[in-house]
Amino acid sequence: MVQEVVVVVIKSSVSAVISKKPFFKAFLGLLITVNSLLGSSSAIAGTLPVDSVDILYHRFDGGGMEIDGPFVLLRKSIGTQVSVNGHYYIDSVSAASIDVVANASEYTEERTEISAGVDFLHEKTMISTGYTNSEENDFEADSVFLSIGQDFFGDLTKLTMGYARGWDKVGKIESDFSEDVDRQIYKLGMSQVLTKNSLMGIDIETISDEGYLNNPYRSYRYFDSDPSQDNGDGIATEVYPETRTSTAVAVRGLYYLPYRASIKGEYRYFNDSWGIDAHTYEVLYVHPFGRQWTLEGRVRRYSQSSADFYSDIFSHKGAEDFMARDKELSTYTGMTYGGGVTYELGQGVIPHVNKLKLTLLVDYLKYEYDNFRDVTAGGGNLTAGTEPFYEFDAWVTRASITFEY
Amino acid sequence: MKTRLIIGLLLLGLVGVSGCAEIKPWVKPYERNNLADPIMSLDRHGAAGSYIHHVYQAREGARGAEGGAGGGCGCN
Repeated sequence: MVQEVVVVVIKSSVSAVISKKPFFKAFLGLLITVNSLLGSSSAIAGTLPVDSVDILYHRFDGGGMEIDGPFVLLRKSIGTQVSVNGHYYIDSVSAASIDVVANASEYTEERTEISAGVDFLHEKTMISTGYTNSEENDFEADSVFLSIGQDFFGDLTKLTMGYARGWDKVGKIESDFSEDVDRQIYKLGMSQVLTKNSLMGIDIETISDEGYLNNPYRSYRYFDSDPSQDNGDGIATEVYPETRTSTAVAVRGLYYLPYRASIKGEYRYFNDSWGIDAHTYEVLYVHPFGRQWTLEGRVRRYSQSSADFYSDIFSHKGAEDFMARDKELSTYTGMTYGGGVTYELGQGVIPHVNKLKLTLLVDYLKYEYDNFRDVTAGGGNLTAGTEPFYEFDAWVTRASITFEY
Repeated sequence: MKTRLIIGLLLLGLVGVSGCAEIKPWVKPYERNNLADPIMSLDRHGAAGSYIHHVYQAREGARGAEGGAGGGCGCN
């Protein structure tokens, strides 16, 4: 089962492209000021999103998983106060990850997601709402959200508050197993212009889940003295708590460098009621070349501690009230090294299209686990608890074409 | 509980600050040309940006506060 639901939050991209030709400095200064009024209003003040069609091909390849598919997003304004949007998204999954290889058979499946949403603008207040449905053969998720954004202080400050509610139906292939999960999400975000070359953002998000939070296909393992167990371990269905509450706080800063490039720094702290503490750091550098090409590079580091009820191997069956061996609940570190290129064509190239944008982004991910062992190592014949720690790497590719009209 | 208290205090603070109508913008509109440049957007990639959050959410214990403020279901 793929418990992945994409969060679709599409912000309007800023349409202003700034030329730096010195000969027309004074004239362009005027144009830039006009552009900045429009552009900054897109980035900071309340304006409706730009009408657009966004077509993305995405691919994840690594750790035994191959996932790819299309993602199509449409935005269309109706009058000056309302903009509607919808998306269609597919994950085609071919899975032979360590979780699958260790306890089950390889599988393929498909997940389909659709959404519909509305943005309503009144003066400097933006109200957004939407509905999303995600389906696969053993999982279904529905969610609704409502958010309100407001600009303050001459549009230097933007405050956003959001609430979302989700209902999942967790199933299991070839059985009548069915359990529910209810989810509530509270978001608070603020972006702030600091100087004429810098801005920052703060986001806080609390999520609470209630219901069946296990993955029904996964097992914990324990030391088993039964001689029929060759490696000295046995497995049993995981037992999770039925509630989880988490809080994430993120701070971002963006700085405009003197030679027209930008650098972004980001830190996020995460904590939850299962005992996981996580830290995420990211640095992104963006460098345009002329009016059409933009290159970027980024490095991201993620680390987390284990959940209280995680163990690679428990002392015996039923050793504790809650028991899990999901690698996502273990202690580990993940690095991302990414690069990308964007090519833009402006108005006049294609009739009725104001901007055409082609983007290719490639990321290399590497995860190294500190207390999750690779039970498939040595042909699966090593003594339980002596296997090497697991690690995997993956390539993530995103290729998109965006039309703004 | 602690989280709700922090959010409550922040909201109260913001309401209090927003009451000070006399604060004047310290970056004038004509000084915002650099800020208006597309490279100064906190979320430049739209759908592609959302997708990478999705990749991380499926593989990491942490979730939330990914940025790109303004809606989204945020489901996991």
